[in-house]
Amino acid sequence: MTALIPQFAVDFWNSLPEMLRYLTVVTTQIGAVTVGIILTVAFATYFERKVIGFMQGRIGPNRVGPLGLGQPFADVIKLLIKEVVVPTESNRYLFLIAPLLSIVPALATWAVIPLSDEFVISDIDAGLLYVLSLTSMGVYGIILAGWASNSKYAFLGAMRSAAQIVAYEIAMGFALVGVLMAGGTLNLGGIVRAQAGGVSDWFLWPLLPLFLVYFVSGVAETNRAPFDVAEGESEIVAGFHVEYSGVAFAIFFLAEYANMVLISALASVFFLGGWASLFEGWTFLGDSFLREPSFFWLAAKIAFFMFAFFWLRATFPRYRYDQIMRLGWKVFIPITILWIALEGVMAWLEIGPWA
Amino acid sequence: MASRLGNFFRAISLYDLWKGLDATLRNFFRDEVTVQYPEEKTPQSYRYRGLHALRRYPNGEERCIACKLCEAVCPALAITIESDVADDGTRRTTRYDIDLFKCIYCGFCEESCPVDAIVETRIHEYHMETPGENIMTKDKLLAVGDRFEAMISADKAADAKYK
Repeated sequence: MTALIPQFAVDFWNSLPEMLRYLTVVTTQIGAVTVGIILTVAFATYFERKVIGFMQGRIGPNRVGPLGLGQPFADVIKLLIKEVVVPTESNRYLFLIAPLLSIVPALATWAVIPLSDEFVISDIDAGLLYVLSLTSMGVYGIILAGWASNSKYAFLGAMRSAAQIVAYEIAMGFALVGVLMAGGTLNLGGIVRAQAGGVSDWFLWPLLPLFLVYFVSGVAETNRAPFDVAEGESEIVAGFHVEYSGVAFAIFFLAEYANMVLISALASVFFLGGWASLFEGWTFLGDSFLREPSFFWLAAKIAFFMFAFFWLRATFPRYRYDQIMRLGWKVFIPITILWIALEGVMAWLEIGPWA
Repeated sequence: MASRLGNFFRAISLYDLWKGLDATLRNFFRDEVTVQYPEEKTPQSYRYRGLHALRRYPNGEERCIACKLCEAVCPALAITIESDVADDGTRRTTRYDIDLFKCIYCGFCEESCPVDAIVETRIHEYHMETPGENIMTKDKLLAVGDRFEAMISADKAADAKYK
C-alpha cells in the first residue's frame, strides 16, 4: 500500500503542519461517513419498499434499473428538481432552517459511533452523553417546522411528535443508564469492548427488557410506524412536513431515515456487541472472516434492525395517541426503573456481567 | 385472579405482537401475487365480452341481415341501425353504430343475433383519443371482425357445445 504512493507525495504530506494533517484526516473521515450514511439512507428507502411489498404479497419497485435498484436515485432527482414552496404567511427563516436542524443531529451523532475496533471519528469519553444530548436536539427541527409552516396540521403534528419524543426520551435514557451500569463506561468503544467474548457476553441477555424498551423507544423517537401519529395522514395530512416540498422535504426524509440507521447502530453497539462476531467461538468455521470482529458485523446488525423497523411498520396499526402516552409513561419508565434497581442488586451480588 | 395473572403474562410477553410479526414474516417468504401487467397477463375466458365486431361469411358476404333484434334488445340503447335494399336485392344495413360510452357490455346483442353477425371479442385494450371515436361505425366494426376472425371463430367453436 505504502509503496504505491510516490515519494514526493509522502514528502509533501510530512511537510504539512501537524494541525493541517489532522484536519485533513478528520475531514476525510467525516466525508466518508456522511456519504456512507446518505447512500445507506437512499438504499434503506428501496429496502423498505421491497420488504413491505414482500410482506403484502407484492413485488415492490422493479422498474428503474435492474431489480429497481435505480429507484432511490430516481426519487432523489425528482425531489431535487422540484420547487421548494415557502408558504406566504410562514416564518421564512425558521421554515428553511428547520430541516437543517433535524438533519444535523442525525449526522453529527455518528462522530462517536465506533464502526470497528479501530475506526471512530472522535473517541470521546462521554460518548453516551453526547449521543443522548444530540438525539434530543432532533425534536427542535420538528417543532420549528410545525411552527414556521403556519398550518394547523403541521402545528398539531409537531405538538404530538414533541410530546411523544419527550416521553420516550426518558425511557430511552433510563435504558441507557442500564447499559452504562453494565459496561462501566460512557465511551461507546468501551461499551462494545465490555461485551467482548462471544454472544453470551452481549448485554442483550442481562438487559433484555431494557433492550426491548430501548428499541421500541427508538421507533417512537424516530416517529416511525406504529408510533407515527406525528404524520397521521388520516387525521393531519402529513403532520409537521405538510408544507414542505422539494429539497426541504428531501432533507426531512433523509433525517428520518438517518435517525433510523442511527438508532439501529446504537442498539447494535449497546446490546449486540457492536462489531463483535456472531460466531466468535465457532472453531469449525476455520479462519473465515465471519469469525473475525469487523465492520461487516456492525453493518449486518444495523441491517437486521432496519429490517425490524420495516417489519414493525408492515405489521402493526398506528397506536392511538393516548395509548402511546400510556405505554411511554406507565409501562416503559416503570420497567426501566425496576430493571435498573435489579441490576444494582445483580452488581452488588456480583452475578451476570459483573461476576 | 388467575385469568388476570394470565392476562398480565400474556401482555408482558408481547404474545399478541409476536403473533402479528409471525404473520407478516410468513407472508414475507410467500410468493408474490403481482401480475406484471403489460408483460404478464391473467388468463382470460373465451366468453370475455370486450370490443364489438361484425363478422362476414368465409366468402366475404356480410352476415348481418338488418333484422334489428340487437337494436331492440340493447338495454342501454347503444345500437342504431338503418337499413335499405342493396344492389343485389338483399336487405343490408346502411348504418350500424354502437356507442361504446352507452354500451354496458352485457352481450345481449350477441345472444339475440340469429346469424352470429355481431359479436363481442375478447379485446379489452382499446382507447379513444378524440370525441366521436366512441362511436363504432359499421366500417370500424367490420374491420375489427376481419382482423380478428380467426380468434372470434375459435372462441365461438369453444363455446358452441354449451349453447
